This record gives sequence, structure tokens and C-alpha cells, in this order.
Amino acid sequence: MTPELGQLALILALLLALAQSVLPLLGAWRGNRALMAVARPAAAGQAVFVALAFAILAWSFLHFDFSVRYVADNSNLELPWYYRIAAVWGAHEGSLLLWILILNVWTVALAIFGRNLPEAFAARVLAVLGLVSVGFLSFTIFTSDPFARLLPMPMNGADLNPVLQDPGMTFHPPMLYMGYVGFSVAFAFSIAALLGGSMEQAWVRQARPWTNAAWGFLTCGIVAGSWWAYAELGWGGWWFWDPVENASFMPWLVGAALIHAQAITEKRGSLRAWTILLSIFAFSLSLLGTFLVRSGVLTSVHAFASDPRRGLYILCFLAVVVGGSLLLYALRAPKVVGGKPFAVVSRETALLVGNLMLAVAAAMVLLGTLFPLLGDALHLGKVSVGPPYFGLLFPLLMTPVVLLLPLGPWLRWGKGDGGLLKGVLARCAVAALACAVVAAFFVHGEPKAILGVAAAVWVGAGVLLYVIKRWREMPRGRRYPAEMAGMLLAHLGVAVFLVGVLLSESLSVTRDVRMAPGDTQTIAGYRFRFDGIKQTVGPNWHAEQATVTVSRDGRPYGTMHPQKRTYPHDRVQTESAVDAGLTRDLYVALGEPMDAGNLQGAWALRLYYKPFVRWIWGGGLFMMLGGFVCACDRRFRGKRVAAAEGTDEAVPLPREARA
Amino acid sequence: MSRARLRALLAALLLACAAGAAAQAIDPLPFRDHAQELRFQHLTQQLRCLVCQNETLADSNADLARDMRHEVFRLMQQGKSDDEIKQYLVDRYSDFVLYKPPLQPNTWLLWFGPLLILAAGAVVVAVNVRRRARAGASGGDAADGPAPDNNTEDDW
Repeated sequence: MTPELGQLALILALLLALAQSVLPLLGAWRGNRALMAVARPAAAGQAVFVALAFAILAWSFLHFDFSVRYVADNSNLELPWYYRIAAVWGAHEGSLLLWILILNVWTVALAIFGRNLPEAFAARVLAVLGLVSVGFLSFTIFTSDPFARLLPMPMNGADLNPVLQDPGMTFHPPMLYMGYVGFSVAFAFSIAALLGGSMEQAWVRQARPWTNAAWGFLTCGIVAGSWWAYAELGWGGWWFWDPVENASFMPWLVGAALIHAQAITEKRGSLRAWTILLSIFAFSLSLLGTFLVRSGVLTSVHAFASDPRRGLYILCFLAVVVGGSLLLYALRAPKVVGGKPFAVVSRETALLVGNLMLAVAAAMVLLGTLFPLLGDALHLGKVSVGPPYFGLLFPLLMTPVVLLLPLGPWLRWGKGDGGLLKGVLARCAVAALACAVVAAFFVHGEPKAILGVAAAVWVGAGVLLYVIKRWREMPRGRRYPAEMAGMLLAHLGVAVFLVGVLLSESLSVTRDVRMAPGDTQTIAGYRFRFDGIKQTVGPNWHAEQATVTVSRDGRPYGTMHPQKRTYPHDRVQTESAVDAGLTRDLYVALGEPMDAGNLQGAWALRLYYKPFVRWIWGGGLFMMLGGFVCACDRRFRGKRVAAAEGTDEAVPLPREARA
Repeated sequence: MSRARLRALLAALLLACAAGAAAQAIDPLPFRDHAQELRFQHLTQQLRCLVCQNETLADSNADLARDMRHEVFRLMQQGKSDDEIKQYLVDRYSDFVLYKPPLQPNTWLLWFGPLLILAAGAVVVAVNVRRRARAGASGGDAADGPAPDNNTEDDW
């Protein structure tokens, strides 16, 4: 009976979502305040019913209700409770429900914090979010019902894919969805602005913290996914340019561009049309990402045919959202060139170039991801597009961005100071060169590693010089407003990231070895001794666990325990052992016994030495933090939206008034 | 082999691959020296496992991938160059095996597409920047007056 309540809750939520979208739109159009006022309570009610449905699905998992097909397919009696909760979003139907729940969380947050938006504008924003919700709820109810029953009820369920039974994978989807869905706020702002015909700077200021927060969450989700792939897949790689990864990377790139475009529009009034277009693209790519991963179209275009209803719905929904909003854009986008003029050397120009490169990079990733599908569908021949393609083009496209990055904070709006910029560039270049020369001795002349050090110092020096300048010249309390601090953190993150990528890629050592108990192997000065295999058990798996003793210069260094786990239904999953460090990771993965009959004999092992690999995620975390810090700036929260309209930026903040 | 049979075979191999997908390919081979091992690692990372969803030959644990790895190793021992080995695999398995598609008419869009987008975007940006710069110059620099002070928080 309970699962049916969940279904009922979803249907009620759909009806409320309809009310939330249709009535306020009508109200905003006719100037009817009563209809506009429907938006907030409808959004709140919808959120309650969606949360109820989500809770009921989680309850069914916790109580092993295998009469629910989704529960039976994705859990069993041995699965620990925390992974039964995670199993709620472990497959298609439940992850859609999670998506809807998060959309409702964002909507309610907007309904609460967006109180100082103009009435009609707020009504339109909430209505657009309601429309998105209608699309997802009806997709769930009509094609992907998580509460569908399974008769006769099985005694035990299948299993959650063992690949997903890992903490990284538990947090990865919710964070990713927080990011995807977060872009729906910027999207709703843009659509509401197009509908209302007003392109005030005020709404951009209100949209900015939401975009920054969404981008921060997306960064967090991508970092978690990358870390999981590194630790769990046993390949020691952190990014594979897999379509599933690309699906999350495209909105990230466009989101990064959007953050900067919004800054221009809010501060200077220019580029309004471009900001609106980017919001539409960021959200469209988020939708595409969700569906690409969940529709199975990536496995093969023919997966679409196996369940034509889902595929057809997705295509239609995407066509309506993308086509509809682009049509609206074409009809209503601001035609006049507004905003303040700027010189060739100015912050606007630099940000525009950065925007261009990020947008082209996103387009390149999209093309590379969809090209095999296109080729297959149009019978152009089967081709594969993988890491060598992306790995060649992406760094080329990002080079101008990295070159411009140290200048970011030094450039002025409107017109930059050429002499000052030359000075900064000279200092950055000297620092980068000096560090590159020093690094060359440590990395044995490996060009990619030297380049990594130089690029990171180039970016980092520009940022740090600016930090020092502010520290010297500004009074306490006014040195680093949150918006600026977030920018500095995120840009510093790029420097950290560059160190991680280029050093770990060029200096890593990988060896596949055959080791019998007592055998040793030495890589990069670390001596690995294989001490044999013993059996071990976990809550729902049993495993062969190796003991590998590591020493360096004759001194013991530590013990590592890579495992080869067997989950129910004979699904095998390797669990690598990672000895993490700031300057290097040691990583051991256990393969197969060389002689299948003799577990105590020789085994195949993979040993890695990965210098600075942790800096990759470190850089990502800095960027995430930058997004969040920026979103906290008081300037975005003030009630001065109406007062500080237009050019007057010099209204003091309460904090400074005190200082 | 007929198309249908080929497809059935691929499907069977795909299943075999999916079953072992979570375990990685650890395949100690008797390399002549470290340089050869590096060359092998580099080469197999550019080749695709034909029956997996999206895995390189280096990473895949499928039986077919293992056989192909050993084939690559054998060719390497015979002194074949990387290009010769790739050509050998392409002749047997089509371009699908290459993760870096060759430049040919059916991949022009893939290789030149980003370039075209970049060129078009660059023109748009350049035109816009010029127009803005002119607007600023002809407007008698009304906007800047005294050069904006970058130190104030509000202009930042």
C-alpha cells in the first residue's frame, strides 16, 4: 500500500507543478496579483509531496520491499543500510526522483530568498521552474515509475551495481544534480526576463549567487566522480573523457563562462543578450547530461529503440526546452547594445576572450561526444572519439585562458592600465621562468612537467601579487570582499590543478608485474614486497586481500591491502589500496592469480607511483570553494536592488559603514 | 561472416566484457626493457576495446582486449612501428579501433568543426570589441572621466 501512496504523492506534485507554472504566468501577463501569488504556496506544496515520494522510496529500500520492482532490481538482503539509501538514486527511476527533489529544494530556496524580487518577475521565475518540474514529473510518472510493482514478489533482490558501492559514488550524483539543477535558476531568470521584456541589471545581480553556488556544487560533483574513478576503477586514471564524464563537463564549462558573463552584465550592463544565451545553454546542457547518462543512448543508439517511449519523450522534452527558449530568445533578446563602452585593453575584453574559449571548448566536447552517435545514426561509418582527440584539442583551447588568467584581477573595467599590466606580466613571466629552471633539475628535464610548473607559477604569481597588493593598500576588513576572495580562490585552484595534471601525467610510473610471495619490485625509489594473499569478508562481499609491504631506503614505509572483492551474483570488483600523500600517491591494484588454481602462488599486480596527483582534486576543491565564497557576498543579498539600479555602484555596504 | 552472425558474436562478447568490467586489466608481459613497456602503455591507451562500452585496450579486462593486447605485444617484438601496428588493427577492425579518428572526409566535421566555431566566435568578439572601443572613443571618454580607481571595492 505504501508505494502506491508514493505514486499518489507524485501525481499530486505534478498537479501542483502545473498550478505553479500556468497560473502565475497568466497572472504576470494579465497583471492579476492573486494568480501571481499562487506560485509560492504551490511550490511549497509540490516540494512536500516530492519529499514524501522520495521518503517512501527510501523507506521501501530500508524495509526490503521487493514487491517494488525498482527496489528488487537495485538492492538485496545483504546490502548495508547506507548503500540501500544510496541505492535510491542508483538507477534511472530513482535518480530522476532525486533530480526532481533537488529542483524542489532550489525552488523553495528561491521562493524564500527571492522575496525582494519584483512581484511579476518572481512569479515568472517560479513558473518557469514549475514548468521544468512538470516535464520531469510527467516523465517519471508516465515512463519511469519508481513505484511500479513486481509480481510475484521475489524472495531476494538483485544487487546494487558493486561499482556504486563506494562513498565517492554515494555523494557524486546528489552533488552533480545540485549543480545541474542549480543552473535551472539562472535559466528561469533569463526566461522570465525574456517573457517580461525587461533586462534590468538588478535581476542579474540576484541570479549571480545562484549560478555561483550551482557551479560550486557541480565542481564538487565532478571532483567526487573523478576521485571515485581513480580509487575504484583501478586504472589509476582520474579522467577518461568518457561520454558520461563529458556530459557533466559541458555544463561546467558553460557555467564557468556564465559566471563571468554575469559579472560583466551586472557590473557594466553590457553583454545582456550573451548572458541570457549562456544561461539557456548551461541549463540545456545540464538536461542533455542528465538524459545522456540515463537514457542508455550512449551505450548504443539502439538502446533508444528498446524503450521508444522514454527516448521519444526525452527528445521531445529537449526539443521543447531548447527550441522553445531559443525561439523566445530570437524574438525577445535585447536588440540594442546597452551598457558602458570598453577599450580593447579592458577587463571586458579579457573576459570575452575567456568566454569564447570556454564556449568553444564546450562545443568541442559536445561534438566529440555526439559524433560517434551521429556517425552511427547517419551510417557514416563507426568511429571512436576518445582521450587522444580531447586531450589534443582541449589544452590548445585552454592555453589563451591560462595566459590571460593572472591578469584577471589587475585589469580594470572599461579601460586597463597598459603600463601596470606589462609590469605584472613581466613579474609573472620571471617567476614562471625561474621556477621552471629550478624544476627542470628535479623532474629530469621532462618537458611536460616543466611546462606544468611554469604555467602554475604564471597563474599563481598573478593571483598572489594581487593578494599582496590588496593587503598593503586596503584598510583591514575591506581587503577581500567575498566576491573577490572567491575569484582569487578559484583562480588559485586553476594553478593547483595545473600542477596536478601536468606533473602527474608526465612523471607517473606504472608497472604491471607478476609477483609471488616474497618477491619485490622497486619503482621511483619505493620498494614493494608482496607478502601473499588471505581471505577476508565484508558485509556483503568476500575478498582475496593481498598484503604489500612498502619500504624506502631500507626503512619500512607502510603496508597496503589491495582487494579483489566478490559481491552477490559473482560480480567482481577490485578495491585498490592507495597511500595518499601531498607530493605523491602510491597505488596498488590486485589482478588475477597467474595460475588460477593456486591462490597462494604468483599474482598479477599493478603498481603506480603518481606524483602530485592529489593536487588535481585539490585544485577542483579550491574552485568549488571559490564558487561558494563568491555566492556569499553581501552585495547580492542586499535589499538595494530597486535603489541601486543602473550606474550607481557606490552605495556603501553596512559592513564598511561600520569599518 | 554474415552481418547478423557478426552482431550476435559481438553481443556475446559484450556480455562477457560486462561481467568482468569492474576488474581491471593487469597483464604483466615480458618487455625487453622499460622503454618498450612505456611505448606499449602509450600505444594501447590510444586503442579501443572493441566489445566494451568505452574502454581503452590498456584498461579493458575483456578476453578479446587481452588477445588484442598480446597481438600488439607480438607485433612490437617483431619490430613493427606504432603506425604499422595501428594500420594492422585498422585493416582488421576498421577505424573504430582508433580513439583518435584519422582525418578523412567522414571526420572533417569532427576535426574542423571546433576550428570553424572558434573562427566564427573570434570574428564576433573582435567586431564587438571594436564597436565598443569606438563607442567609448567617440563618446568623448565620458564614461571614464578620471581613470576608474581599481582599488575601490565597489568598482571592483
